Order: sequence, then structure tokens, then C-alpha cells
Amino acid sequence: MKRKEEARVLSQREIAPQIFDMWIATDLAREAEPGQFIAVYPRDKSTLLPRPISVCEADRERGALRIVYRVAGQGTREFSGLRENDRIAVMGVLGNGYPLEKLRGKRVFLMGGGIGIPPLLELARRLEGEKRIIVGYRDGNLFLREDLAAHGTVYVATEDGSEGTRGNVLDAVAANRLEADVICACGPMPMLRAVKAYAAEKGMEAYISLEERMACGVGACLGCVVKTKETDRHSHVNNARICTDGPVFEAKEVEIG
Amino acid sequence: MNTQVTLAGVTLKNPVMTASGTFGSGMEYSEFVDLNKLGAVVTKGVANVPWPGNPTPRVAEVYGGMLNAIGLQNPGIDVFLERDIPFLGQYDTKVIVNVCGRTVEDYVEVVERLGEERTAAMLEINVSCPNVKEGAIAFGQKADALYHITAEVKKHAKQPIIMKLSPNVTDIGEMARAAEAAGADALSLINTITGMKIDIHRRQFVLANRTGGMSGPAIKPIAVRMVYQAAQATKLPIIGMGGIASADDAIEFLLAGASAVSVGAMNFVDPCITEKVVKGIEEYMERYQVEDIRDLIGAVHE
Repeated sequence: MKRKEEARVLSQREIAPQIFDMWIATDLAREAEPGQFIAVYPRDKSTLLPRPISVCEADRERGALRIVYRVAGQGTREFSGLRENDRIAVMGVLGNGYPLEKLRGKRVFLMGGGIGIPPLLELARRLEGEKRIIVGYRDGNLFLREDLAAHGTVYVATEDGSEGTRGNVLDAVAANRLEADVICACGPMPMLRAVKAYAAEKGMEAYISLEERMACGVGACLGCVVKTKETDRHSHVNNARICTDGPVFEAKEVEIG
Repeated sequence: MNTQVTLAGVTLKNPVMTASGTFGSGMEYSEFVDLNKLGAVVTKGVANVPWPGNPTPRVAEVYGGMLNAIGLQNPGIDVFLERDIPFLGQYDTKVIVNVCGRTVEDYVEVVERLGEERTAAMLEINVSCPNVKEGAIAFGQKADALYHITAEVKKHAKQPIIMKLSPNVTDIGEMARAAEAAGADALSLINTITGMKIDIHRRQFVLANRTGGMSGPAIKPIAVRMVYQAAQATKLPIIGMGGIASADDAIEFLLAGASAVSVGAMNFVDPCITEKVVKGIEEYMERYQVEDIRDLIGAVHE
């Protein structure tokens, strides 16, 4: 059941330049699945709309949720100033998440690029079986690498070549001769397009997490749609709602150019 | 205490409704709000056939509000009648169906399809969406065009019709009078105000559509002024909207001359807001010992 509530900040720290790691106390943690997200509301009324931020880690027993986000504007800048015991309004849990049941028994690539890396942590935690975690960074600020390494082998790519393979996640796959049956990816659109093309070429299943500017977060406003190959069941046109039908889609079902 | 209001013969348990396009067909928000508590649910615009809407990005935040250029994406009247109307029919609230079209014939077709639908208490005719190239606002910015479509729709409508007016006009009073003269049963205003946002880092328009309709608290004073002017210009009941974020805002619209109010963009900020506005209006009435909400309508002192 989706709901909006006031969460309490448990901790916050900057883990790379402009990348913040915040734990909040909320019962939403008990329902969160990997790949889902929450809507986080700024207090400043000049910035009205909630910010969609993915679930990085959900501690069900403690009722604590971890979000890792980049400061991208006024709203996230406000969040970055929160300290222990501050309150923050959140709504969730939103979206579909990665299809864990379809991944069972398969060799899985977990691919993340930049601020698309955080949702892979909860996925890595929850996914049993053989997994390769391939993460792409701009530079040597390898946030969340140690956390991910606790749940599988991590391969790093950096754009500037300062760590791991120079290039992107697919360059790291090639350099390390990695193989899998299915891909779960989250990252910037150029990366997701490349992942989609790679999966098509290799005949692999791929589940990619998309983002778009959102307003309501619950599927009512139709702000955040993606073109779909088939007519969408809800909209009856070739548009699916990223906030509710996604954010995770099978790559071959969406037209992302 | 009486909170009931009557619009064109339709009685609502309270004056609070949802603004079209911000609430889907109620299904998504029914997890947050008890729809039985609302005066009416106004549904997302529906056309005769499915519309795909505009490319993304479709929404952008602006200071104290937002821009949208959804472009009236909707699944068409067939799906609406099969899925959305039966869903809303389960609730003890009035259902107002927002109707959009590219041509007069489109509007008439939808209105006729809804004619036998008892769940649809009223029809709101969208002649003010700024985000589509054909239809919609093309009918709502010239008094003679508005008169024409109002008269045509009225000929075919079985339910009372509400003409939803655009704020993107020079004289709202003239538009209100044109709709009244053509037989409209009520007015709703304001739709969004055409706006634009440019990303200075990329030197690009933020919205794929370049322009979008602005909504949210920042537009409220404009909306209150236009509701007041429309109320002065006609005898038609008015549904006031534009930036309502609290019961206080809703009461401001009633005092300006609205008989009912709609909450729009603020549903995105607080999914439970409509129920809070209902409750807040009752608290205001208790505090000021207002026995009948109708005593507030247009009660601003001259």
C-alpha cells in the first residue's frame, strides 16, 4: 500500500563529490523491493514536486531505507543538508522493481552507470546465484564499490581510465570476457541504449531501469512516459508510465532510440 | 452546518473536486483518498479515440508551480466507459467527465456516447488545453468560436455542460458571457497558463513541446481574479481552480464567486490534500459560524 509519511533521518554523509548517502527510518523499508523508488519531498515550497530516488538498500528488520543520490538541483541540495533526526517527507514504495523471479537460476549481469549504481546494491543483496556486478564511473570516485563487493564480483570501468577498464560497462564486460544469461541495468540513457543493443546482439534478456521527469509518481498525471513497442495495457497507446508500469522494463519492449 | 452546493441542478455533498488531468480517473489516488469524501471527481480528458499525447519531457518544475505539456494522452471513450466509469460508479461521489476533441464532431461524439451514462453527472468541455495543436484551446480563445462549440455540444448533451475556460485570453468576462449566451450550464476556470522554461546550461527548451501549461500555487492570484471577473460577468455557477493548496485557498475562491473548487497540481505534492481541504472548509465554517456554505459564495465585500 503506497503512502506518504514523515521519515526520520538516521545518518547522512557525502561519499563522493556531490553524491550523498542517507539512511532514513521508515516503515516503507519493510515493503521495498530492488529497483523500486521513493518520492522525496523538499520542504521549500518553491520546489513543489517530489524527487524520485531509488532504493539503494532496505533494512527490513530495522525499518531503515538507504538512498544514495546526486545533488542535481535545489531539491536534492536541500536534502543534502539534512542531519540525524531531521524529518523528511517521503512517499512510496513506487514502481515495479526488477523481476527477481525471472532472474532465478540464471547468470546475471548487474550493470550500473554513475548515479544509476545505487539500486544495484539492493538487487545484489536480494539476488541469489551467480552474478557479475559491472559498474561504470566518471572518475576514480568509486562510491558503493565496497558495498557491492560484499555480494558478488565487481568489475569497474571509468571514463578517465583512473580505475579498472577505461570506458564504459560494456568495455569492462569485453575486457574481462564476462558472460551471463540476463542483464539488469540502471544508468544514463546512452548506456541503456548500448545495453539494449548489446542484449539484442547476444540474444540476452535485459531489464533496464528508466528515468524521466515526473510529477505525481503514482501513474495519474502521465508526465513520465516511455514509448513502447506494443500498445500499453493501461494507456491503450504506445506509451507506458515509467513511475508505475516501470521504472524497470524489458529492454526490447521500450523504444529508447 | 450545510456544506452542500448545487451546480446546474446537480447537488454535491461539498464543493471540493479534483482538477481534470491531475487525478486520472481516481483509481491511482483511491489508495490515498477516500473518494466518498469528495464533492466530485473530475476525470482526465477523454476523446473519441485514444490519443498518444506529446513527446517527453512533458513536465517541468518552476518556482512555486509546474509546467505540463502532456498533450491530452487518453485511452479513448471505449476504454473509459468499460474501465473508468464502472470504477467510479462504486463511490458515493459525483463524477464529472472532462471531454476533449480536435473537431466539433469529436466533442459531439464523446458527449453522445456519455449520454446514457448515469454515472456521469456532468460533462466538462475542455476548450482550453494549451498543449495540443488542433482543437482544445483553438475553441477557447475567441468568443465566437467558444459560442459555436458550446452551442453545438449543448444540442447533443444529456447532462449539464461545464465549459472550462482558458486564462490565456484578454477578457475573461467576454468569454464567460459567450459561453452563457450559447447555453452553458456552468463554467470552470482557470485552465493552465501558457508558459515556457529554458535550460540555460544546455540552451534548450525543458519541455519537448517548448511551451506548457503552468499550474500550482504561483498562479492562484491570477485564478482568483479571473473567477471574480467571470462571476461578475455571468450568472452561471463557477468551479474555481488554480493553485489551491489549502482550505484557505479554497475559501478565497468561494468568496470570489466560485460555487465549487478543484484541486489540481497540489495532488502531486500531497496525495491526501483533497480530503484535507474538505475538512479545513468545515473548520473554517465552525470558526466563523457559517451555517450554510452557500453564504460564502461571492461574499467578498465590495
